[in-house]
Amino acid sequence: MIAVIEPTWYLLLAALLFGIGAFGLLVRRNPLIMFMCIELMLNAANLTFVALATQLGDINGQTAVFFVMVVAAAEVVVGLGIIVSILRRRPGATADDLAELKG
Amino acid sequence: MTDATFLEYVVFFSAAVMILGGAVGVIIMKNPVHAALGLVLTLFGVAVQFVAQQAHFLAAVQVIVYAGAIVVLFLFVIMLLGVDESMDLSIEPIPIQRPLAAVMGVGIVGLVGAAIIRARDALDINPGTGVANASDTGNNDANVQQLATNLYGDHVFAFQLTSVLLIVAVAGTVLMTRKWPRDEHGSSADHESSDV
Repeated sequence: MIAVIEPTWYLLLAALLFGIGAFGLLVRRNPLIMFMCIELMLNAANLTFVALATQLGDINGQTAVFFVMVVAAAEVVVGLGIIVSILRRRPGATADDLAELKG
Repeated sequence: MTDATFLEYVVFFSAAVMILGGAVGVIIMKNPVHAALGLVLTLFGVAVQFVAQQAHFLAAVQVIVYAGAIVVLFLFVIMLLGVDESMDLSIEPIPIQRPLAAVMGVGIVGLVGAAIIRARDALDINPGTGVANASDTGNNDANVQQLATNLYGDHVFAFQLTSVLLIVAVAGTVLMTRKWPRDEHGSSADHESSDV
């Protein structure tokens, strides 16, 4: 017996999660919170992949989720490195203070 | 396909409440530590949904990599930089930003949701080769074995490239965040604390 809840439910849940993440990314100004919102959107995409992999009987969807997780881990490492080096120089900086690349 | 049992609906909706509650927590919490804990709640909820869809390996990796490594990294950075509670959410630097963002968020959910509901009949096809799962085959490792065959068979080149990606990410981060020693002329190699 495979998962019998209709995939539509999972897809709608993922759409809601993506919407919340996108909204948060636009309204929050703390770079760390903005980063967490990106993670929320990535998880929404993962949920969609797994729901469709189960429904369509194609394991490639789960492989794609695996790669998304690897890329997300690398992205978090690089992004947090950038945030640390910015905030070390300018404590309490928000995204609005970072409008220019010049240090 | 049989109808879902009551228990499966209970699992789905409680995990959905966890996911959405955690996500809302991430964007409304003032304290970044609380936001990170909301993120943990969301990630666990997603792991529960993975288990409910028989993606056991991905659920384990979700808990270990996301809820373990990534959130710990977030908390580590928050603690390293000091918790900044002065962030006042009532300040709106750009007056119309929040209404516009809300319109965009609702728009995304509305458009994608409408597409999903319209396409629900297209999804109702007969599953093809099928994703192996433990309860059908009686093999508890069916999901892991099928995923491994696919990953190390069809996608082995991409898998090799991810190792390059991870090395580049780690080396780049170390290079980026280290403090460069000052040279003999007294000028700093980067502008460590030289400007505001």
